[in-house]
Amino acid sequence: MIQQSNNWVPLFPEKASSFAWQVDALYFYLIAISAFFTVIVVAAIFYFAIKYREKEKFQNGAEIHGSLLLETTWTAIPFLLSMTIFLGGAIVYYNQYRPPKDAMEIYVVGKQWMWKFQHPTGQREINELHVPVNRRIKLIMTSEDVIHDLYVPAFRTKADAVPGRYTTLWFEATKPGKYHLYCAEYCGLNHSGMIGWVYVMEQKDYENWLAGNVSSQTPAQAGRELFEAKLGCASCHQQTDQGRGPKLAGLFGKQVKLTNGQTVVADEEYIRNSILNPQGQIVEGYQPIMPTFKGQVTEEQLVALVEYIKSLGNETASMSK
Amino acid sequence: MEKVEVRAEQTKPNYLNNGYSVWSWLFTKDHKRIAIMYLISISVIFLIGGIYAAGIRLELLTPQSDLFETGTYNKVFTHHGIIMVFLFLIPAIPAVLGNFLIPIMIGARDLAFPRINLLSLYIYWLGSAIILWALLQGGVDTGWTFYTPYSTTFSNTYVVATGLGIFINGFSSILTGLNFIVTIHTMRAPGMTWFRLPLFVWAHYATSLVMILGTPVVAITILLVALERIARIGIFDPTIGGDPILFQHLFWFYSHPAVYIMILPSMGVISELISNFSRKRIFGYEFIAFSSIAIAVFGFLVWGHHMFVSGQSIYAGLVFSILTMIVAVPSAIKVFNWTATLYKGQVSYDTPMLYALGFIGLFLIGGLTGLFLGAMGMNVHLTDTYFVVAHFHYVMVGGTVLGYLGGLHYWWPKMTGKLYSEFWGKISAMLVFIGFNLTFFPQFILGYMGMPRRYAAYPPELQVLNIFSTAGASVLGVGLLLPVIYLVHSLVWGKKAPDNPWLLPGLEWRTSSPPPTENFEQTPVVTWEAYDFSDENGLDVEKVKKELATV
Ligand code: HEC
Ligand SMILES: [Cu+2]
Ligand SMILES: [Cu+2]
Repeated sequence: MIQQSNNWVPLFPEKASSFAWQVDALYFYLIAISAFFTVIVVAAIFYFAIKYREKEKFQNGAEIHGSLLLETTWTAIPFLLSMTIFLGGAIVYYNQYRPPKDAMEIYVVGKQWMWKFQHPTGQREINELHVPVNRRIKLIMTSEDVIHDLYVPAFRTKADAVPGRYTTLWFEATKPGKYHLYCAEYCGLNHSGMIGWVYVMEQKDYENWLAGNVSSQTPAQAGRELFEAKLGCASCHQQTDQGRGPKLAGLFGKQVKLTNGQTVVADEEYIRNSILNPQGQIVEGYQPIMPTFKGQVTEEQLVALVEYIKSLGNETASMSK
Repeated sequence: MEKVEVRAEQTKPNYLNNGYSVWSWLFTKDHKRIAIMYLISISVIFLIGGIYAAGIRLELLTPQSDLFETGTYNKVFTHHGIIMVFLFLIPAIPAVLGNFLIPIMIGARDLAFPRINLLSLYIYWLGSAIILWALLQGGVDTGWTFYTPYSTTFSNTYVVATGLGIFINGFSSILTGLNFIVTIHTMRAPGMTWFRLPLFVWAHYATSLVMILGTPVVAITILLVALERIARIGIFDPTIGGDPILFQHLFWFYSHPAVYIMILPSMGVISELISNFSRKRIFGYEFIAFSSIAIAVFGFLVWGHHMFVSGQSIYAGLVFSILTMIVAVPSAIKVFNWTATLYKGQVSYDTPMLYALGFIGLFLIGGLTGLFLGAMGMNVHLTDTYFVVAHFHYVMVGGTVLGYLGGLHYWWPKMTGKLYSEFWGKISAMLVFIGFNLTFFPQFILGYMGMPRRYAAYPPELQVLNIFSTAGASVLGVGLLLPVIYLVHSLVWGKKAPDNPWLLPGLEWRTSSPPPTENFEQTPVVTWEAYDFSDENGLDVEKVKKELATV
């Protein structure tokens, strides 16, 4: 395919994300610094060891104790250089850290030993992820069992998928192709089999792919079903504030005041916790009567609920449905 | 006449001919005998760990998982890690070389608490026996890092037993550390001021601090994992309200400093070797001494650099990253001072010195690649790949093992009273250096290519580099087996070692080889600085030279 390099000894993985070049640049900078110190030290060792090799048995070397000037120099220079490395590392990290607002969101659930993906339009995949090129993609990840780690070397990025919480990872693929996808956190028996491929496609191909894999339901639709029928959330959470629980429309992204005086932002993690551990964060003005749904909903159902509540963001739209 | 003298020398009482029964060893309070028993135990352990390493490299010769079942492979690398880290690297230099030499180097009769010293050996045996038993029963497959919730909830292997062994072993470290600190504080010979201490002793002082402060944390952490497995108390397992990331904090809070438990003593050995084989005072004594302490202190503040991708906040990450950069500086200072020590020296290339020079090169690479991993943006790509594996082997094998071997060769004549073959010594030092680089350098590239660690199978395009690595491992294996042969050979057939085979000023060279049970016939009085070659400070140079001429 397009992917594999034909080098006998490969040195670099494919470069296929918007920040891959930054990581590579940092890598070259670090190699340059390492080469600089290695050459200096190794050359000095060879030079001294040869020039000052023992001339006569049990002759003593010169009386030298040290030099404050030298000590200061070789403390200061490595220190300053290490600070530039720190800065470089911090900048590259910062660029990857906060996912952009307009990113397309894909849910990822890791489980021993497979990766499950769900697209916003409902398509599900296992160990394969199809994404459009030049679009920002945000992965919202969790795990059903142990810690896994989603790693795409060609994108120069990875992040842990941790059970019991959501973590995020974002990238923008820049080059169509097929790239390795690994689990990088040891997760038991088949860890080295928890691998797959990321297919980066032109927008058009991606749309064709989506069309060829129509799904019965988007996550939000599945969530609505759970919310209204299966789990009975709607009996307390109604369209108005009249119900026993707060109305959830417009909740996502809002500041929520809790009874313990804290204010938190209602993100995916917050909604997830509200469902699994409602007693942990009681909304101001309400009674702690919401039952926990821990053990009754799967990770996928949680994803659906979260997506549904997010989709209520636009109140009128959800009313008209 | 000369012959008579030699015979008289041989029958001189020393710690080895002071009783031959098994009991005289098992119930000894002599730090030297305890060190020898550690040496034997640790060598056996190293051999076992090495066999597992061979298993790993053989499996990785081909891209498929074919030599072992995947589950077996997981156990093989787990056992390799646990054995090498907890049973070899942590105790090796302190328990063998430190135990033997610290009292002699400071002019003391023994450690401050000889019985506790023996107790720590028994604890080490007990802990190791439990671990080996667990491995034989079926073993563990969690990786030596025991990450939760895999270790608490999912692994069906002997996690509790192994954890118990590690927990018990921790007390051996703690007691040894305590013993060293008290000894160094209270038992220095008259005139042996703090700034006359050999740097080997300073390095062990710093190591002991880390042992005492850090080991209890990992002991408790492993205990908590066991409790979680047995009683489901809900600390690490998220399904019962625990936090799996908490484990990582606790584990690395110890395990990063543990890296320094492994490397600091080795740095101490290297300071001795570089200075003595240049026949010259070490460059910047105070800077090397205090850099050890700085490493020990800052080493406790960088654990989060293992967690840049586990959802740690960016602010915590920034602090850990900058501190990681700072902790690299004292190591750099040491490297520069060692190099500068060679300047205008009288450098000889005996086996120990070859190890020391090899150490500088490998440790340099190990340290510099640590900067790659400490830079956050770089770490995201490299963590949990073979880059990390290569990095810590450069530090742990290139650093600790080379230092250990250098020190073992250097003090071998003192410890055993026998001279080993210089020829074979040099050959093996070179094989180790070459084999090591061939094994681990390709792994840096594999890591950048994205090969995850702990994989039994890998994409075929990475095979060539893995073949290099396995080939290198065979060379390394030969290089490491040779010393076993020629050192043991020297015990029986080796020439008798003179008291001071290199005409060096340190206290350990002023007593006989092997030393008497009480170390010195009379308590020495120290009037010279460490590594002071300027005048011979009471050494009878002519006598030593004459003695050397006879071997
Ligand atoms: C017995 C009534 C009841 C049921 C059933 C119920 N909830 Fe709640 N819920 C509440 C109450 C009361 C609160 C506010 C107090 C609190 O925070 O626990 C709440 C709070 C919440 C919040 C936080 C709202 C905010 O404004 O911050 C979310 C999200 C939520 N529930 C989701 C759900 C979902 C999803 C379900 C169905 C799986 C559900 N609830 C079922 C009563 C209920
Ligand atoms: Cu995995
Ligand atoms: Cu660390």
